Amino acid sequence: MRRVLWILAAAVAVALPFLVPKSFYLQIIASAYITAIAVYGLNVILGYTGLLNLGHAAFFGIGAYAVALLQTKAGWPFWPALLAGCVASVVLGALVGMVSLRTRGNYFAIFTAAVGVMIAIVFTNWQDLTGGNIGIVNIPPPPPIGSLTFDGDVPKYYLVLAALALTILICVLVRNSLIGRTFVAIADNEDLARATGVNVARVRLTAFMLSTFLAGLAGGMFAMYNGNLGPDQTGLDITFEQLLYLVIGGIGTIAGPLVGTLVLVEISQQLQGVEQYRFLIFGPMLVLLVRFFPLGIVGGFNRLTARWVRP
Amino acid sequence: MHLFFQELLNGLVVGSLYALVALGLALIYGTMQVPNFAHGHLYMLGAYVAFFGVTVAHIGYWPAMLLAIVVLALVGILLERLVFRPLSNAPEVNTIIAAVGVLFFLQTLAQVWFGGDYRVFPSPYDRVVHFAGLVATQQQLIIIVAAAVLMIALFWFLKRTLTGATIEAVAQNRAGAALVGIDTNRVSMMVFAISAGLAAAAATLIASISLISPSMGFTVILKAFAIIVLGGMGSVPGAIIGAYILAFAESFAGTYISSNYQDAIAFGVLVLILTFKPTGLFAKGT
Amino acid sequence: MLLRVRNITKRFGGLVAVDDVSFDVPAGHIKAIIGPNGAGKSTLFNLISGFYPSTSGSLRFEDADITHMPMHTIARRGIARTFQTTSLFKHQTVLDNAMMGYRMHAESTLFDALLRTPRARREEAETREAAFEALNFAGIEPLAARIAGSIPQEAQKRLAIAIAVAAKPKLILLDEPVAGVTSEETLEHAALIRHMAREGYTICLVEHKMSLVMGLADSIVVLHHGKKIAEGTPGEVSADPAVIEAYLGAATHA
Repeated sequence: MRRVLWILAAAVAVALPFLVPKSFYLQIIASAYITAIAVYGLNVILGYTGLLNLGHAAFFGIGAYAVALLQTKAGWPFWPALLAGCVASVVLGALVGMVSLRTRGNYFAIFTAAVGVMIAIVFTNWQDLTGGNIGIVNIPPPPPIGSLTFDGDVPKYYLVLAALALTILICVLVRNSLIGRTFVAIADNEDLARATGVNVARVRLTAFMLSTFLAGLAGGMFAMYNGNLGPDQTGLDITFEQLLYLVIGGIGTIAGPLVGTLVLVEISQQLQGVEQYRFLIFGPMLVLLVRFFPLGIVGGFNRLTARWVRP
Repeated sequence: MHLFFQELLNGLVVGSLYALVALGLALIYGTMQVPNFAHGHLYMLGAYVAFFGVTVAHIGYWPAMLLAIVVLALVGILLERLVFRPLSNAPEVNTIIAAVGVLFFLQTLAQVWFGGDYRVFPSPYDRVVHFAGLVATQQQLIIIVAAAVLMIALFWFLKRTLTGATIEAVAQNRAGAALVGIDTNRVSMMVFAISAGLAAAAATLIASISLISPSMGFTVILKAFAIIVLGGMGSVPGAIIGAYILAFAESFAGTYISSNYQDAIAFGVLVLILTFKPTGLFAKGT
Repeated sequence: MLLRVRNITKRFGGLVAVDDVSFDVPAGHIKAIIGPNGAGKSTLFNLISGFYPSTSGSLRFEDADITHMPMHTIARRGIARTFQTTSLFKHQTVLDNAMMGYRMHAESTLFDALLRTPRARREEAETREAAFEALNFAGIEPLAARIAGSIPQEAQKRLAIAIAVAAKPKLILLDEPVAGVTSEETLEHAALIRHMAREGYTICLVEHKMSLVMGLADSIVVLHHGKKIAEGTPGEVSADPAVIEAYLGAATHA
């Protein structure tokens, strides 16, 4: 049953450019996809492994700025720049992870928040390199592959969709694998995991690096899609927003990050003129969810359908 | 040399403000083992309430501060009852997530009320004073004095009154305190009220020194965390000392290194400490 | 000699929880560790399994010095354990729990998982098989799809044993395996433990219930206030005056 839903969703996603007349709407969805990729990254570290990395948006920034700078300042074409951006996020993730993962619970959240903000400060203040608050503009689109050009809304949409599909595939493969089970086991009962021979520190680091990889991928996609980039995308508030999408969608689930992002983006859209006030609703919603319904939309759906399928 | 003393003075001023904010955070962490991520936004709300009192309701500076303290104390109590207490048995991340929801709400509230731009919060005490070859505005001197008064009052309350003693007892051992009949829930509410009130006082004191904006909470909370990690997570004296240390470091670094990266000092300190001592600088052994 | 415990001491600040304890565990043996509450039995297990480091003394397992090894390394060397308060992955299924028991024998990395390499698929199948075997051994295979936190207490204890068995260890440390369990269930668990011994597992057992210990153990170590006060066969130990004094006559009752 779930598989049917996924196939349906995929079909709609692929057909979307032909289903919606306004390119404005397509842009919104594509931006939501990009955010969802980052939220999937957050899901790996928080949802699977139980660690709240509050510096998540900074790694998004690393991927984004890498793509932007390598293209505009070093003349690299998009694809190698994206690869470099992802590698940079992973490497930085490894460094930050090695230090931060020695801290526990609350300290980890505070530590990663501080690291994230420091990185964001560098983005904002290193005028010569990053353009400071103005950021980077005129990021060229990816070069054509054969007769396929990428400088329109529709091809860019499909590129983003492909990245999202890749992300979801990665998360599915990981979650069902032995290493994914280990992530979840560590979050469930760290001491028992150790007693079953798991090198908890090393596995946590792997999860952390995977999550920063996805954040970097999202960042690279952002730079590509928007053609410009500013440090406002890398702050603590961005991480908090992604956290909101994740919790509402369903922490630890496969569809959660996508559903949460799409739902909230859609709601924000419906709010039209008053969307800047959306947190007046989302804020208390988050509190209520955490108190009464921590499963989120998809988690709740899973619980419901599990009762139907398995006696 | 003269510059040195000027910076010392600046550090004293900023440190006093940091101390009031970090103090509250330390109190909460000490008695409830909860990192109140919304604390920075409570400070922000305090600033706006006082701002409202002065510029809209025209009730005068000190009444506005009183208003801010009272309002924020009530908000603090509400938060404790509605958000933090129900989540006290849930996993740690849930409390942090809920606090995130709260801070977004507060930020938007301020945005709705006053708009998202930076505002100037005027103070009636902006005359400049010269003494001992140093320059300071009246407001700066008021900050130092007011903060000292508040901190002394708090110490007197904690050490010399019965109610204060119950707070100390809960901070030492929550379960034990409950066993001897202390109402730990009431203590939690008081602690939240006090910490929010102190933040409100600090926020009002920054009048004419700092611009206010709805998003100022983010920097505040991280600096406050840096301070309490530096001073020892639940330690009130540690928070005060840490606050002044950070303020002096920022002041000197700002002059001698770079003013752009001034904010990064706090985070750099935090990162450095936790790198070498993942359990914090003055963690008690388990 | 599978396990050599030599002069193990553990201090927590001023408190000496385990005081200069030494004993040997031969392969294939069932060794029980008994003593009044607070005697240091669980602490001893925590030291042997590496949950925390000992203050002094040495531990040798299979002729290798494991004194300063971290818990996961010791686990990989072949020491499995259960915990006094039943420790499970409460939010995962019973099968997932057992699979984690075998996990250490799989070398697959993240990349194996992402690329669906033959090794990943083979090890996944192997782990499942080992898990089902272990669940079967512990008698809870029908519960495989249930969430671990939702099964009855007694089944949870069996699951803890299944996780330990799935690791295919050489030594299993059982920390009060029948605490809080009815006398009927105690007999079943005793049979299970005997079965484990027959299968070749060496077992170290901390337990209060004398009926279980007397009928099961090859030899017994008695702790009191962290010190070893007696060691010998069940017959020898139950006649030892120091032991009787420590228990004040509780030794013959379950």
